[in-house]
Amino acid sequence: MSSNKKYWKSVEELNENSSIVEALKHNEFPHEIPTDEFLGNKDTLDSSSTTRRDFLKYVGFSTAAASLAACEGPVVKSIPYVVAPERITVGKADYYATVMADGFDFASVLVKTREGRPIKIENNKMASVLGGNNARVHASVLSMYDTKRLQGPKIDGSSVSWSEFDQKLGQKLNGLGGKSIVLLTQTFASPSTTKLIADFSAAYPNVKHVTYDSIGENAALDAFESKYGMRALPDYDFSEAEVIVSVGADLLGDWQGGGFGPTYAKSRVPKNGKMSRHVQFEANMTLSGGNADKRVLATPSEQKKIVAAIQSLISGGSANTGLSPELDAAVKSAAKQLRNAGSKGVFITGVDDANAQMVALSVNEALGSTIIDTAAPKMTRQGNAQAVSQLVSDMNSGAVGALFVVGVNPAYSLPNVNEFKSGLDKVEVRVSFNMKEDETGLLCNYLAPTPHYLESWGDVEMKKGYVCLMQPTIKPLFDTRQFQESLLKWTNNDMSYYDYLKTNWTNAEKSFNQALQDGVASGVMTPAAETAEVTEESITSNGAITLSSALAALVQEGESAGNGFELTLYSSTGLGNGEQANNPWLQEFPDPITRTSWDNYLTMSKKDADRLGIENEITSKGALNGSYVTVTLGDVTLENVPVFIQPGQAPGSVGLALGYGKKAAVQEEMQVGVNAYPLYKDFKSTQTVQIKKTGGWHEFACVQMQNTMAGRADDIIKETTLEIFNTKDASEWNHVGHVDYNHSEISVRDKNADIWESFDDTFGPHFNLSIDLNACTGCGACVIACHAENNVPVVGKQEVRNFRDMHWLRIDRYYSSEDTFAEETKTLEELPAMDSYSVVEIQSYDNPEVAFQPVMCQHCNHAPCETVCPVAAIGHGRQGQNQMTYNRCVGTRYCANNCPYKVRRFNWFLYSENDEFDYNMNNDLGRMVLNPDVTVRSRGVMEKCSMCIQMTQKTILDAKREGRVIEDGEFATACSNACDMGAIKFGDVNIPDSEIVALKNDKRKYYLLEDIGVKPNVFYHVKVKNTAEA
Amino acid sequence: MKQGKNLNSASRFSLITLALLLSFSSFLFAQEDTTATADTAGAAESETSPAAQGGDAAAGKALFNANCAACHKLYDRATGPALYNVTERRDREWLYRWIKNNKELRDSGDAEAIAIYNEYNQTAMNAFPQLSNADIDDILAYTNTPKPEPVAPAEQAGGGGGSGGGVSSTVILGILAIVLVMLVAVLFLVNNTLRKFAVAQGVELPVKESRKPIWKAFVENQFLVLVSVIVLLLGGAYFAYGWMMQIGVDQGYEPIQPIHYSHRIHAGENQIECKYCHSSARTSKHSGIPSLNVCMNCHKSISEVADATSEYSSVTEDYSKEFYDKEIQKLYKAVGWDQTTQSYTGETQAVEWVRIHNLPDFAYFNHSQHVSVADIQCQTCHGPVEEMEIMYQYAPLTMGWCINCHRETNVKMDGNPYYEKIHEELSKKYGVEELTAAQMGGLECGKCHY
Repeated sequence: MSSNKKYWKSVEELNENSSIVEALKHNEFPHEIPTDEFLGNKDTLDSSSTTRRDFLKYVGFSTAAASLAACEGPVVKSIPYVVAPERITVGKADYYATVMADGFDFASVLVKTREGRPIKIENNKMASVLGGNNARVHASVLSMYDTKRLQGPKIDGSSVSWSEFDQKLGQKLNGLGGKSIVLLTQTFASPSTTKLIADFSAAYPNVKHVTYDSIGENAALDAFESKYGMRALPDYDFSEAEVIVSVGADLLGDWQGGGFGPTYAKSRVPKNGKMSRHVQFEANMTLSGGNADKRVLATPSEQKKIVAAIQSLISGGSANTGLSPELDAAVKSAAKQLRNAGSKGVFITGVDDANAQMVALSVNEALGSTIIDTAAPKMTRQGNAQAVSQLVSDMNSGAVGALFVVGVNPAYSLPNVNEFKSGLDKVEVRVSFNMKEDETGLLCNYLAPTPHYLESWGDVEMKKGYVCLMQPTIKPLFDTRQFQESLLKWTNNDMSYYDYLKTNWTNAEKSFNQALQDGVASGVMTPAAETAEVTEESITSNGAITLSSALAALVQEGESAGNGFELTLYSSTGLGNGEQANNPWLQEFPDPITRTSWDNYLTMSKKDADRLGIENEITSKGALNGSYVTVTLGDVTLENVPVFIQPGQAPGSVGLALGYGKKAAVQEEMQVGVNAYPLYKDFKSTQTVQIKKTGGWHEFACVQMQNTMAGRADDIIKETTLEIFNTKDASEWNHVGHVDYNHSEISVRDKNADIWESFDDTFGPHFNLSIDLNACTGCGACVIACHAENNVPVVGKQEVRNFRDMHWLRIDRYYSSEDTFAEETKTLEELPAMDSYSVVEIQSYDNPEVAFQPVMCQHCNHAPCETVCPVAAIGHGRQGQNQMTYNRCVGTRYCANNCPYKVRRFNWFLYSENDEFDYNMNNDLGRMVLNPDVTVRSRGVMEKCSMCIQMTQKTILDAKREGRVIEDGEFATACSNACDMGAIKFGDVNIPDSEIVALKNDKRKYYLLEDIGVKPNVFYHVKVKNTAEA
Repeated sequence: MKQGKNLNSASRFSLITLALLLSFSSFLFAQEDTTATADTAGAAESETSPAAQGGDAAAGKALFNANCAACHKLYDRATGPALYNVTERRDREWLYRWIKNNKELRDSGDAEAIAIYNEYNQTAMNAFPQLSNADIDDILAYTNTPKPEPVAPAEQAGGGGGSGGGVSSTVILGILAIVLVMLVAVLFLVNNTLRKFAVAQGVELPVKESRKPIWKAFVENQFLVLVSVIVLLLGGAYFAYGWMMQIGVDQGYEPIQPIHYSHRIHAGENQIECKYCHSSARTSKHSGIPSLNVCMNCHKSISEVADATSEYSSVTEDYSKEFYDKEIQKLYKAVGWDQTTQSYTGETQAVEWVRIHNLPDFAYFNHSQHVSVADIQCQTCHGPVEEMEIMYQYAPLTMGWCINCHRETNVKMDGNPYYEKIHEELSKKYGVEELTAAQMGGLECGKCHY
């Protein structure tokens, strides 16, 4: 019909040789508009050849022509494969097991691909180690489609071919004249890579290998090495834990490689009247502190003393540790509980000090703890800080001839970055093996771009005797080559890395192909790992650490804290070490604790802030502003660091996230925050810094400012203690609301309390979603999974600040003070209306308890949004889903106003293919991650959680096609799949004896704001805290 | 696009009339043609039969088609060599041995056999121990059939006659028109002359009484004006609505594709099952445009269409054999198939088909749901594809069209355990035995819009 038609927008375009048309391609106007000349002189206006009438004629003609042309649809091309791969069926997803290992995040994943494009990361349920994924792992698929990636090898800034690259670099490497070649790599934990590096050092003289972690666990590695003779980290399985005492260890964050959430969450769900008890001593408010039963404020220096005290208390002593009476009592209580728990107790610490780590290991040994596993330790952190420091001084002395930087970015993340840079100047051959031309890449003369892990082969030994295989899920997007392939080339090995992996595979239990399909295999002892130690630069300056010397050192260091604020550097849940700084999903991900996105900030206690005159103010539009400070550590000064006043921050301490402030190969929108790595002096995460207030306001993009529920807590978050839960009737701690009916009170669950006619949902599937507040740790994996599955747009910092964030699923964080909710309500009622809010607000500042609550559309059976839509764009399905029809929506936003849960999101702008925004939906590469089964919403349309109807419909269709009944556990949503904590469960309540039915009948079940009678299909489980002191 | 289609049918109609006009003469031509070819065939047979040792070419043809045609052609090289006159190149005894078990022959060290094996990329030929010497004689007799001469000239003669007829009818029409014009002119002149006569004779011509013009009367009748304005407005609105509802509906969309692929030949004449090529319709949301390797499953050995003389010919008056053969060459070029060496060159070129059925992004449609679960014929939505020379959009693909079908169509539940319980409860609820898609919840917005 229209294949051979020419479309035009104005008459001029019909003229083939028009210079105007050519000019218009580049400029908005063909010539500079002489507006002054034109409008300023009345005569010229009169004599103008184009009269007003002519003008109107042109306008009329163009409009008519344009609207006529608009009646024809565009020609759409469909390009099938020439030779279709056997396994790909267009329109059907394939799943591949692989493993993420970027040096910071290690995780077994399942990758969903459509038409050969990876579009989503799922958890690999076959993996017993690190099979659950955090938010960064879920978002990593988008990092592959990063426009800032290097697209081919370069020498001195100009693009070359790989063969030219090999040839030129080979010449250089052979002509180094005795100077050493140093490989500065990330932690690979890969037996084959280790072997390959050994091959390489055999082929070239004087090769050194230095492993570097941008945020390292040097202290813990040193301690473990000293005690168990192996540079690795102990593993923990918290599922059977009865008492967990943590001193500054954010076990739900990235502490010692992270990934402890799933087993921790298992121990937190009350079963047979029992659950674990978690005591947390910490300075920053962390996820772990938020989830703890008891959180005790302790600055880093106090933490050191606490570690020493616990050791002496466990070993039967009663040391006088010089702690404040409150702390002393808390420590004694914790130690007592630990002792009582015996082998079911575990003591962990995040104090960045080899002595403290040593003490922790010996405490667990004394307890006989079965929670800690030292026999098969984790290999996911191997960085050696001493070796890195040594390398920097070697570089400065000119002893290094060639430096291969692999997967790390020292020019950004080294604390002594200036020393490194000056040293780098003296290195002749500087090769960067990285996905991007980052800060280090800019200083290198050879750039050898590497592929993303979804385009690579590899093996990763996450834990001793447990290997995961990495396989590509897409052909490399760019002209990249794996570091390992390069090593093979340069050692004159014709093998591909795939063949190399295969020949190294010596597992008797699983064949290589089976392991590739599963992604994991245990019981592997590769000979390669044994040869590893030879090439590794092993420098441990501390020498052997003995327990007694460690204790003495700890107490002494605890005393000698200098003047100033004690800073604890941490990695944020969103950005981690900053490797994925150019990932808009992660930038927009609100921090679970501060609920602030697009930033890092100095967290400070209210008390200290008041003392320094630092303020956080909420503007008239509801957005948050904060004061700036200058942070000084020795000769390092960080200017304009915004301050976020954090409830529960230990007075005298401050916190700052690493991984921000990255500039190179990061889009302008995402160059946010300050780089805190210069404060990471000597690779120690705790420092004593000076803080001075400076002028100006920083604009935060914080999505949740209220720190109180203003007395309505009982309907939103229900909390109780284990003691009450075990002894009292459910009606006492899981109160069901009442309403008036015929002048008497009836339960809201009573039939008469319902004014609506109910849907008949007794047949076919009827979906319910269950959220267990005990198991939810607030990690946010579900938020990113929802983002990826449902094509949720990224809106940018300013729009988030305007509360126009589009997250379908948010995790609300609530603080509660020591007062009970009832007291808070009472206080509120007694106060005059205008004062009440601020009074309850301030109380929670000292050391609040925290609760996380994922909230998405509650899919009410009597949905208030459905009744107010003037165009019936919202319908209710028989399966219980509240269905939003985008193509019908006209954008009145009545529904959002009428939603009691505030889960509806409005598209204020067109977020895809719009030049005003520059996130993944606005470039061809980033759009490849979109889920083809979900509509990309347009401007002016309301959207919200659909309960992943595309996934439930697919499950149903598969069953229909295969002619079978759907079993329990088949239905899933993106969030329930992503939740490795087991907090979010999804299922069909019409399947008898299914898990969801059991959860629905559980006495902990409650509905959000049940009193309003909207009958949601999402329910929660009351949060139970184990408050029992020893 | 609609007009285009109409035009097409109009031209077809005129051709048919032409054909009817000329049927008599062309019928005569055809008679002569067939006798002529029969003669030549007979002659060829009688010529070769003594050499063929009594082989029956007709029986041989059947055997050839059943056993050999997958890899051999008579006059062209295919997977194996062209077989025309093979008896002249090879010894008959050798041929017996080769056909019955060529591997044995090769293993025996026969140089000729090994040479030919190597020439054809070491592709081993099947063994045919079931064929008797007589059968092989029959096949060899058939292979000696000479290539029939193309009968194109005869066809062209017919075509020429047709176009001549076209010219003459125009001429006739032209002449008729001229006659008519002359008639009008003559009448006018006659009338004029008569008037002059009347004036000259003094005959009183009746003078028409000047009446009020009808338009004036109409304007003065305000009621009539109002009614007609209303009627005009309503009518205008009706047509405007109808026209505007066409926007975005591409029913009949019939774009020109980069390779002329005839569904008529494939699905119609050759009765290839739709899902042989569109295999993903069974399991996926997309029916899928077949990748070119699927085409090559058959087209490796089909490099040209049979010409008009063959009973299998697909050639029509609009599309000649040359036209179709050229299209097959396009396929070979795209997939990188070298006909002379019978191998892939590896140089491929994706084909950019023009998509005909364009559902908007916000509508979800799954083929497997309809094709596999509901067992709906492809033709229900795609129309008589087996008759389409050029594929076009048959259905309007509007939401109303979908919904109507969902309201009227009963869901096929028999023998599908998935539906058992649902069927039981729903049929109780609605008091019916058969359930429509609508009763199953097929009208819920969220089932197609997410």
